[in-house]
Amino acid sequence: MSPKTLYDKIWDAHVAHEADDGTCLLYIDRHLVHEVTSPQAFEGLRMAGRKVRAPEKTIAVPDHNVPTTPDRVNGIENPESRIQVEALDKNAKDFGIHYYPVHDVRQGIVHIVGPEQGWTLPGMTVVCGDSHTATHGAFGALAHGIGTSEVEHVLATQTLIQKKSKNMKVEITGKLQPGVTAKDITLAVIGETGTAGGTGYVIEYCGEAIRDLSMEGRMTVCNMAIEGGARAGLIAPDETTFEYVKGRPHAPKGAQWEAAMDWWKTLYTDEGAHFDKVITLRGEDIAPVVTWGTSPEDVLPITASVPNPEDFEGGKVDAARRSIEYMGLEAGQKLSEVEIDTVFIGSCTNGRIEDLRAAAEILKGKKVKDGMRAMVVPGSGLVRLQAEEEGLADIFKEAGFEWRLAGCSMCLAMNPDQLQPGERCAATSNRNFEGRQGRGGRTHLLSPAMAAAAAITGRLTDVRELM
Amino acid sequence: MEKFDKVHGVAAPMPLINIDTDMIIPKVHLKTIKRSGLGVVLFDEMRYHDHGGENEDFVLNKPAYRQTEILVAGDNFGCGSSREHAPWAIKDFGIKVVISTSFADIFFNNCFKNGILPIVVEEEHHAILMDDAHKGENARMTVHLEDQQITTSDGVVIEFDIDPHRKHCLLNGLDDIGQTMEKDHHIDKFENHASQARPWV
Repeated sequence: MSPKTLYDKIWDAHVAHEADDGTCLLYIDRHLVHEVTSPQAFEGLRMAGRKVRAPEKTIAVPDHNVPTTPDRVNGIENPESRIQVEALDKNAKDFGIHYYPVHDVRQGIVHIVGPEQGWTLPGMTVVCGDSHTATHGAFGALAHGIGTSEVEHVLATQTLIQKKSKNMKVEITGKLQPGVTAKDITLAVIGETGTAGGTGYVIEYCGEAIRDLSMEGRMTVCNMAIEGGARAGLIAPDETTFEYVKGRPHAPKGAQWEAAMDWWKTLYTDEGAHFDKVITLRGEDIAPVVTWGTSPEDVLPITASVPNPEDFEGGKVDAARRSIEYMGLEAGQKLSEVEIDTVFIGSCTNGRIEDLRAAAEILKGKKVKDGMRAMVVPGSGLVRLQAEEEGLADIFKEAGFEWRLAGCSMCLAMNPDQLQPGERCAATSNRNFEGRQGRGGRTHLLSPAMAAAAAITGRLTDVRELM
Repeated sequence: MEKFDKVHGVAAPMPLINIDTDMIIPKVHLKTIKRSGLGVVLFDEMRYHDHGGENEDFVLNKPAYRQTEILVAGDNFGCGSSREHAPWAIKDFGIKVVISTSFADIFFNNCFKNGILPIVVEEEHHAILMDDAHKGENARMTVHLEDQQITTSDGVVIEFDIDPHRKHCLLNGLDDIGQTMEKDHHIDKFENHASQARPWV
């Protein structure tokens, strides 16, 4: 048998039908659903008189729209948001799918809840009507975002019509330097490949620096595979993975655990398997990074300066010019001198307990700079609870951060958490697009520790100066 | 779904690269529970001023491009969020074809589900089509799906590739779910096998 990549193995185990032209029906093990991209899909089912084929494999949670202020217990004020959440409440009930409603302590961002509850397991196929589904690839699960028509397709048939992607390997060798995190790895990779570099590929991340990451760090890396254009990101499961999964509410137990482990241990890329594209970065070379522009590929070390658009080629010249103007920056300006007024810590990229620990470590005994708005939005109710138990919430609050309830919040600013035009935010989220965090808002992506450092100084800051 | 055959219409140029789905339709418009009526907010933040009112410099607001049916766009069009509201808005505006040198994966898939034809062309062809699109409303482009050809206003013919299955579905307006349900026995068989092999799933 010819050697296979991890992607090949998971793919092969899920093909329910293959047509002569290579179009496959890929069976889906877990379907995650949220309120924004699902109402039209459920409506489609109702209109056609169809039901959900595998409700036991379908998990729903509201996250995009929900307010994160404590007063949300009184209901959602925005009528459109309320209607969407109520629609999900009803759809979950009518179609009999697993559901974590807004008031459930387990509610949170769908990509944080799935792993936390043990729904996401190695070797699975996982989809969701959200591009950051790539997150679940950290478990060695083939996970990707889909559109609403595909959400309806999966609800009705538990399959997706797919053609296989190509294999790409991203290897991060060696060790990371102090102050450098999973977020810096994933941004540095996008800086290297560009946002279209992964188009048509599934990426497998490997190498010592990836192996050394916790599950939470691995989720951060895979989360942004989509920002590099890839269909999915994968990391082969290992002891770190098994340790994380074991004992979770929906993880297998007893004999089933043993059977699962037997299979999971075969989920790695065989020696000599073919990759269509290979990128290698040295862990030692990766610095704490920030974005300067309006595309996640606009990444530079914090020690660098805003580039000159003329230094780029092709369409990037105009794009960079537009970005720098939108961001209100000057070519040649030092990134560490860029003043900010808002800090957002949270999102499916960096809203897990380790992210909050990393930020709290920097903030301990310090204060947010006067006049700044800073908020922490834990990724789930359980992350919030744990952070309170560990004393992290007190550190944030004493430093001057707002301590919020779980949700997507200012990552996409669909709820009331938004930037005003011209406001500049240091954000641990995943997209710095124009208007992403609010019309006219300016976003610099960075790690939780870097966000904490920026909150203290009021400017983009090299976290290593505060360590 | 409506059958897709041939489009003969105005093509608008949007050379900017990396046009993301937040640009195509900002999140404030994702709160709908319907698919229709989003054309008016297509490219919302570029198309309208902060205080309301149209930005007359934006291509689709120019008199020549108000009836645009074909969009010639910069590289990596549709990157970012998976929101199908992006193709819904494009379709609702009246655009039936988007041409670029590359598309983001999820957006590309979403187009086909909505009867929109995304076409990938080589850079040199892209340049020809972009020039043609700059000519305005009197220069109409033709896209013929059956023949897989784009014809510029001055008669230059450019051929394009498309996945045969997707072409078939577009030409015949086929609904994916209905087709997949015809393969139900394969799915049943797979589930039976998988429940033995991986009972923990």
